[in-house]
Amino acid sequence: MPSLPDIMTPNAEELAKQDGGKGGHAPLPDADQDAFFEFLLRMGDNALILGHRNSEWCGHGPQLEEDIAMSNIALDLIGQTALWLGLAAEVEGKGRSADDLAYLRDVWDFRNLLLVERPNGDFGATLMRQFLFDAFHFHLLQALTGSADPRVAEIAAKSLKEVSYHLERSAEQVIALGDGTEESRKRMQAALDDQWSYALEMFLGDATDVTMAASGIAPDPAGLRQAWDDTVLPVLAEATLDVPDSTFAHKGGKQGTHTEHLGYILAEMQFLQRAYPGAEW
Amino acid sequence: MYAQLVKSEGTSREDMSPEEIAFQGRIDRNEKIEPKEWMPEGYRKTLIRQIGQHAHSEIVGQLPEGNWITRAPTLERKQILLAKVQDEAGHGLYLYCAAETLGVSRDELLERLHSGDMKYSSIFNYPTLTWADMGAVGWLVDGAAIMNQVPLQRTSYGPYSRAMIRICKEESFHQRQGYAIMMKMANGTPAQKKMAQDALNRLWYPSLMMFGPSDKDSVHSAQSMAWKIKMNTNDELRQKFVDQTVPQAEYLGLTVPDPDLKWNEEKGGYDFSEPDWDEFYQVLKGNGPCNKERLGARVKAWEDGAWYRDAMVAHAKKKASRRPVAAE
Repeated sequence: MPSLPDIMTPNAEELAKQDGGKGGHAPLPDADQDAFFEFLLRMGDNALILGHRNSEWCGHGPQLEEDIAMSNIALDLIGQTALWLGLAAEVEGKGRSADDLAYLRDVWDFRNLLLVERPNGDFGATLMRQFLFDAFHFHLLQALTGSADPRVAEIAAKSLKEVSYHLERSAEQVIALGDGTEESRKRMQAALDDQWSYALEMFLGDATDVTMAASGIAPDPAGLRQAWDDTVLPVLAEATLDVPDSTFAHKGGKQGTHTEHLGYILAEMQFLQRAYPGAEW
Repeated sequence: MYAQLVKSEGTSREDMSPEEIAFQGRIDRNEKIEPKEWMPEGYRKTLIRQIGQHAHSEIVGQLPEGNWITRAPTLERKQILLAKVQDEAGHGLYLYCAAETLGVSRDELLERLHSGDMKYSSIFNYPTLTWADMGAVGWLVDGAAIMNQVPLQRTSYGPYSRAMIRICKEESFHQRQGYAIMMKMANGTPAQKKMAQDALNRLWYPSLMMFGPSDKDSVHSAQSMAWKIKMNTNDELRQKFVDQTVPQAEYLGLTVPDPDLKWNEEKGGYDFSEPDWDEFYQVLKGNGPCNKERLGARVKAWEDGAWYRDAMVAHAKKKASRRPVAAE
C-alpha cells in the first residue's frame, strides 16, 4: 500500500511560501472561499462545542460563584459561536443560517478541535481543558484582530475582550488547584497528562491554514506555539505541575474526523431541530 | 412563592417584653430592621428559615431548567436559557448573603438543605419533560414567584428587602422570556401547540400550590404578617395569580385545565378549583416525581466539589504565608 501524504503539517507558513506567494489581500478566489468557510467553521465549532460542554456544569458546580462563572464563560462562547457561524453562513452563500450550521450538520462536517469535545471529567479537568484552550484562543484572536478580512477582525476584537478574562480566570484556577492540596495536585496533573496530546492538535496546520495564512486572513497555527508556551508554561510551573514530555498530537478534529464523544453531544444538542424539522422556536 | 410553610416563632402580644413591644412598634411604622439591631429571637429564626428556603429554591430551581440547556433548540434560546439559569444562581447568592447577616453561614444552610432539615419550593420536584416546559416554567413559576416577591420588596428586614428588589428586576425578564417561548409554541406547528398545552396541563396546579395551603390551614401566617416578613395571605396571592394568568392563557389560545374556572362578577375575580393538597403534602414529604433527583443532584455537586473547595482554601493559606512580611 502506498504511503498516503499526511494532510497535517506542523508548519503551514513553510507551505504557504512554497505556494508561490499567491496570497496578498485581493478578493479570494472560489477555492479559497471554501477554505475561508472551513476556517470560520473551525472558529465557530470550537466555541460551540466548548460552550456546550461548559454549560453542562450549570447547576452542578462545586461552589455557587464557580457555577456562575462557568455559565458566564459558556454564554460568551455561545455568543461567539453565533458570530462566527453567522459569518460562515454568509461566506458560504447558500442561504443557511448560523442555527442551520449548528443544528443541522452531522459529525463529519464539524471542524472543532478534539480537545473541546472531551468529556468534562471533574471540575479540575474542565478547568485544565479551558486553560489550555484559552491560552491558544487568546493568541489566535489577538492575531485575528489584524486579519485582512475586516469582519474577522471585528469578531476577533469583540471576542478577545471576553477571552482575556477567561484566560485570566482559568490560569488563576489552575495555579490554585495545582498548588492546593495533594489530592488537587494529583487531579490536575492527571488532567494535564490526559489532555496534553489533544491540546497539541491546536498547532497542526493543514491546507486550509496555508490558504488562510497566505491570504492574510488568519495566522499559521504553528506560529502560535511559542506565544502559547510563553503563556502556559509559567502557569503550569507556578501550579507545581510537570509538563508532559510527549510531542504526540491527536489529530483529525479540524478536518472532521472526531472522537466518539461528539456524536452524543450532537444527538443531545440537535434533538429538537431533528425531531421537529422546520419548526420555529 | 419560593418559601412555603415557613414555621414562625412569635410571642403573643400580652407576653411581649418592653423590647419586643418597641420592636413591633418599629415594624408597624414601616422602619427597616438592619443586621446589627436588636430583634426577637423568633423573628431572626423565622427569617433564617424563610430566606434560607428561598435561597435553596433558587439553586434547586436551576435544575429543572438546567435540564434543557444542552437541548435548547437555537443558539439564541440557548443563550437566553443559560443567562436565566445563571441569574437563578445569582439570586441564590444574594439570598445566602442576606441570610448570613442573621448569623448563619452559607455552608450551614447548605448542610441543612442536604440533610433534608430545610426545604425548597415544592414546584421544583416536578419534571421538565418538553421544551414547552421552559416556556411554562418562566411564565407560570416565575410569574407566581413574582407575585410573592414584589410585595416582599417592602419586607421589614433590610437586607432581605434589598435582595428582593434586585431579584424582582430580573424575574420580570424571566417571566417575559417564558411567555415569549409559549407564544412561539402556541403559534407554531400542531406538535408545538400540543406541547404548549401539555405543559400548561402539567404545571397549572403545581403553580397554584406554590402559594402554600389555604389561609385557614396556614398556621404560621399571622405572626409572619405582623412582622412584615410575609405581606399577603396565601389565598390573596393565589387569587391574584389566577386573575392575571387566565387572560394570558386565553391570549395564547390555550385552555386552563380547570372545568370549573369561571369569572365571578361579584368578587371581580375568577372562581377556580383548588389543587390537590394531598399531592402537595406528599411532594413536601419527599414523594414528588423528582425529589430524589433534585436533592441528589445538589448533594452530589457539593460532595464532588469538596476537593475543589479544600484546594482553594489550602492555596489561599499557602499564598498568605508566602507573602513577605511588610517592612516596618
